[in-house]
Amino acid sequence: MTQTDSKQLMLGNQALARGLVENGCRMATAYPGTPSSEILTSVAAWKKQEALDDMHVQWGINEKVSFEIAYAGSIAGLRCAVAMKQVGLNVASDPFMSAAYLGVKGGFLIISADDPGPHSSQTEQDSRLYAMSAKVPVLDPDSPEQARKMAKLGFELSEAFEIPVMIRPTTRVCHARQDVSLLPITAREKSAEFEKNPGRWAATPKFRYILHNQLEEKLKKIAAWEDTAPVCLNPSVQSDKAVVVAGVSAAHARDIIKELDLWDTVRLYQVFQPFPLHTAFVEQILSDHSDILVLEETTGVIEMQLARRDRVQGKKSGAVPETGELLPEIMEGIIAGFLSVEPKSAIMESKPGRRPTLCAGCPHRASFFAIKRAAPKGIYTSDIGCYTLGMNLGAVDTVLCMGAAISQAAGFAHAYTDDKRPPIVATMGDSTFFHSGVPALIDAVVQKAPFLLVILDNRTTAMTGNQPTPATGRGIMGEETVSVDIEKLVTGCGIDYCITADPMDYPNFLDHMKAAVAHARENGPAVLISRSPCVLSLSKETRKAQFQKVVVNDNCDGCGYCVSHFECPALVMDENAELVHIDTTLCTGCGVCVNVCPKKSIEIKISEV
Amino acid sequence: MNQQIVISGVGGQGVLFITGLLAKACMAKGSHVLTSETHGMAQRGGTVISHLKIGDYASPLIRPGNADLLIVLKSENLAQHRDFLNPRGKAVVNAQTTFEKSASTAITLDADKMAEDENNPGSVNLYMLGGALAVTQVCSLYDVKEQIKNRLQGKPEALLTGALNALDKGYNQII
Ligand code: SF4
Ligand code: SF4
Repeated sequence: MTQTDSKQLMLGNQALARGLVENGCRMATAYPGTPSSEILTSVAAWKKQEALDDMHVQWGINEKVSFEIAYAGSIAGLRCAVAMKQVGLNVASDPFMSAAYLGVKGGFLIISADDPGPHSSQTEQDSRLYAMSAKVPVLDPDSPEQARKMAKLGFELSEAFEIPVMIRPTTRVCHARQDVSLLPITAREKSAEFEKNPGRWAATPKFRYILHNQLEEKLKKIAAWEDTAPVCLNPSVQSDKAVVVAGVSAAHARDIIKELDLWDTVRLYQVFQPFPLHTAFVEQILSDHSDILVLEETTGVIEMQLARRDRVQGKKSGAVPETGELLPEIMEGIIAGFLSVEPKSAIMESKPGRRPTLCAGCPHRASFFAIKRAAPKGIYTSDIGCYTLGMNLGAVDTVLCMGAAISQAAGFAHAYTDDKRPPIVATMGDSTFFHSGVPALIDAVVQKAPFLLVILDNRTTAMTGNQPTPATGRGIMGEETVSVDIEKLVTGCGIDYCITADPMDYPNFLDHMKAAVAHARENGPAVLISRSPCVLSLSKETRKAQFQKVVVNDNCDGCGYCVSHFECPALVMDENAELVHIDTTLCTGCGVCVNVCPKKSIEIKISEV
Repeated sequence: MNQQIVISGVGGQGVLFITGLLAKACMAKGSHVLTSETHGMAQRGGTVISHLKIGDYASPLIRPGNADLLIVLKSENLAQHRDFLNPRGKAVVNAQTTFEKSASTAITLDADKMAEDENNPGSVNLYMLGGALAVTQVCSLYDVKEQIKNRLQGKPEALLTGALNALDKGYNQII
């Protein structure tokens, strides 16, 4: 038929993954995190579809470990990539900084996906600043299609200068979909070959200084490398003013400038490699243009490298907001102002939407409800995952970063030295516990910190789309792996009070919770493993088998306790009748809510069969 | 034909699913498509929104005042997202017919009730998509049906029949 046959509607993350696969990537690793999670899943899907047997694809336990695994593949001569979200790079920053000095053999890409907004992150940090800090070049794609192309470009750049290369997509690239044509997969008949060179791969500080000098030399050359040089998108235009864009801001700017009829009025330059910015470009743009507007997300990285502050408008000059997503309507206003025309679109007043909540039947809800019962007025430290939403239930007081629930709980325990110390309960998911909870737990054991850790073990990494954890016993390809025993791990850390219980068996679970809270207050750290699978991971059959029909009886006076303290989305307050009813389209029949109503007005209906 | 469509709902309603169907149906007709989707925490029952742009665009986002069509799967979202519409734009809203008529642009379709009556609770999104297809010209009911058939290949027959039925019912309600 038509050309559409070879085209696929691809998510930015899929397109990026396709770029890796097309260009002979041999090892790919990642730790999931929005907006990056679908990159590795897509690599795995293509490995399967194209039967790329010699490709190693795996989830790592955290970003640091994922980085180091892929990096080793690269210094053994293979093309390799590691993917993570921007805050994941914080975790991987140690090897990242060092790998910049040592350099690479096979092309090595670090994909760090930023989340301006932020939509699903703790910070809006700009990974390109990390690239600057590490002195590593970074590429900034504007679309799924360009992300795919940059995988190729990145590998070439990395191999030409033996340097790690960062690709920095943002949410609007990762989670955009576009019709993208597939290119064939280039087979790379290369096998791993690690050439020993301890002077380089294990360099001592004296040699690190030499390597640092070499790194600076590389950067100078990269700032002159033709293939990644900025381009003028409308070169026939001559103008005093110029607009410089990168990443998804470049995509927005193209549409905006056309729609405002300014395409023939102002020169538009797109930067593909924000760091190091090409030296010749800096000279040219400053000599050709009197006023320059820079639009980029999230920090003024390009702006920073354009030395003439008096002629450059951007984040530092105050022309562009330094926080939040650079939405196209905001850009339109800024561009229109810069060129003294009227903008066409209005800025939309942001109105509050519906807040997210744990799914109906989510086992975390039962765990949180029990924590609040067993340790009222406690301090509740928590962590990153679906269970952050325990905040809606008043059962989450702190969320800092991956793994901090345990160390913060210990910190609070040490901060209160007198008998005013409230009960302290930390909640952490199984995946987060593996990611970075273990060292903190060992520390708490050594320091005898009196708090209870509740490990919310739902056997999956739910928030990011149900990726397996080390306990799941299967890998990204669905292959069987070793399942790590959480109980053994916990007791191996030195915890002697470790109980496992099922939160869906609520009354029993509550008893365990009370005992564990009491034990921890007197004796130092204790662990309760709250084990029940994520409802989204259950098969239809299991759901059917577990379903219990729940009804609201006449005792309900519409007090609203269950709605506000338990917040199951299937419990709905009738506005007129002032009664609660069960939304049968959402209810999973978990039956936990019968324990919630103080008037016993929610009950399980025994079916008449 | 350049067209910009916003689809709004809450996590779990299948906003992404119908965005994908529409996008693929338009692609099959040879158009370029660009979408922007909500992933992550908001998918747990929070407000989700998809932008779908068909034609010659570079940016995946729709600016306020530019959408030709707004499909609202949760009526409460209309207040939040109606400003995306351009002055001639239309909103197709999942609501009872008594729903506020202040905006003459709003066409209502009680998809929740239709889904409940037909015991097809997971298909609210498809009733709504059917209704929207009666309003927009980006692609036809037939084009979308072809995509559904592709998507549900190998799945139980009942699933496909249910999906196509929902689409038809929604469409016929509006046309
Ligand atoms: S996805 Fe799983 S863990 Fe997350 S809220 Fe839903 S049931 Fe709970
Ligand atoms: S049984 Fe109760 S708690 Fe469980 S999903 Fe249904 S309404 Fe929610």
